[in-house]
Amino acid sequence: MLLIPCPYCGPRPEIEFSYGGEAHIARAADPRRVDDAAWTSFLYLRSNRRGDHAERWRHAHGCGRFFNVVRNTNSDHFLATDKIGEPRP
Amino acid sequence: MQRFSAFALFRQALNGQKGWDRQWRDPEPKPAYDVIIVGGGGHGLGTAYYLAKKHQVRNVAVLEKGWIGGGNTGRNTTIIRSNYLFDESAALYDHALKLWESLAEELNYNVMFSQRGVMMLVHNVHDEQVFKRHVHANRLNGVDNEWISAEAAKRFCPPLNIAPGMRHPVLGAALQRRAGIARHDAVAWGYARAADALGVDIIQNCEVTGIDRDEAGRVSGVQTTRGAIRTRKLGIVAAGNTSVLMAMAGQRMPLESYPLQALVSEPVKPVFPCVVMSNTIHAYISQSDKGELVIGAGTDAYISYSQRGALHISMHTLEAICELFPMFRRMRMLRNWGGIVDVTPDRSPIIGKTEIPGLYVNCGWGTGGFKATPGSADLFAWTLAKDEPHPINAPFNLERFGSGRLIDEAAAAAVAH
Repeated sequence: MLLIPCPYCGPRPEIEFSYGGEAHIARAADPRRVDDAAWTSFLYLRSNRRGDHAERWRHAHGCGRFFNVVRNTNSDHFLATDKIGEPRP
Repeated sequence: MQRFSAFALFRQALNGQKGWDRQWRDPEPKPAYDVIIVGGGGHGLGTAYYLAKKHQVRNVAVLEKGWIGGGNTGRNTTIIRSNYLFDESAALYDHALKLWESLAEELNYNVMFSQRGVMMLVHNVHDEQVFKRHVHANRLNGVDNEWISAEAAKRFCPPLNIAPGMRHPVLGAALQRRAGIARHDAVAWGYARAADALGVDIIQNCEVTGIDRDEAGRVSGVQTTRGAIRTRKLGIVAAGNTSVLMAMAGQRMPLESYPLQALVSEPVKPVFPCVVMSNTIHAYISQSDKGELVIGAGTDAYISYSQRGALHISMHTLEAICELFPMFRRMRMLRNWGGIVDVTPDRSPIIGKTEIPGLYVNCGWGTGGFKATPGSADLFAWTLAKDEPHPINAPFNLERFGSGRLIDEAAAAAVAH
């Protein structure tokens, strides 16, 4: 089980969290002006990186807040964590 | 290729079984091939076999970064069934099931395919409605599947607990009698041996590190840990690592790779006659011919390539197994492992061409690829040889994520499957 560093509550066990998928995928500001390729990319295409991966977690059974982390998907080690809205580490 | 038979076994016995050849060669990579398959699992080796056998494309290499059958082919729970809801899926998986029925004969290799039946348990009204819908849809598609009562389920699988006081009582089941299990390693080895005999080079310990393209953008070869190899047709069949390989050609994929866990118990005498699955409490179980109970758990929540998962996922499944089969409560588990499964947004695979000329992909089998091995390989070989998809795999294209024509087995099954 992962020990996940919540930036608000500190390290907590994985069962308190829900996974939010890849981070930094922004919905278009004006969806009417977006073509099919951009919608496909936003909805479905993911980097699915082997290595350092930026992703979101939500401390569902704790503070309830979303945050971003960088985790290595080979080792499952957490490398950095930041609050939503902060610059990418 | 030395054919296997009872007579051959007897003749070799006179010589202390010392006269057997290697089952496949260990060749050095040639400078160029007509087709290169990346990934030496069942799907990749099968693709090479059908290319050579059905389409006479014999200048083929299968590149495998480790050893053949060492990825998800060797890590799955070997369940084979075709009771999928949608027409496209039923056609795809039943094509595979029909090939399974003659595979041992086709390959002259005992893949130990056993049609012992897969029973999917129903625990609540919602399950009952969904499974009856599945039964009807399957029968309209010519796929066998039948609704049976809890008592009939108990007769079919005597260890099953159908006591009404259970947390998740068994109300009935959907039973596909043609479904079953096979010996997963034998599938990889059987395809490897048969493909090798037709001239396919199986190159192990050869990791692809780059994909070369010419000025027009067409695939021209691959860079590997054993040197550069030229080809005009490249088929990626790399399961959890598909996104990593496709990124080498600049192609982003609608895939996420998750660990999927399974475990086996200590071996015991034959106690379990079929395969039982429960989507609602998420457990599936069968007994291998070695006597081990083979138990599958769910995926972990997060993307990972680590080939291991968290204990609470396995615990969740074992709690369900203990409730459904109280006689297994004191069984000891021997091994627990994870495989990395590539999951698409609609939980249906992608088998087809890409926008990059010469680049083909067979991926997205998620948590249920083993059952499709012969069908997937047959259809992908067709696609590679003819440069167009077979009618069965045409709907399973990469463009569906742009067009919206998804084949949403995720919603149909309500779980990963």
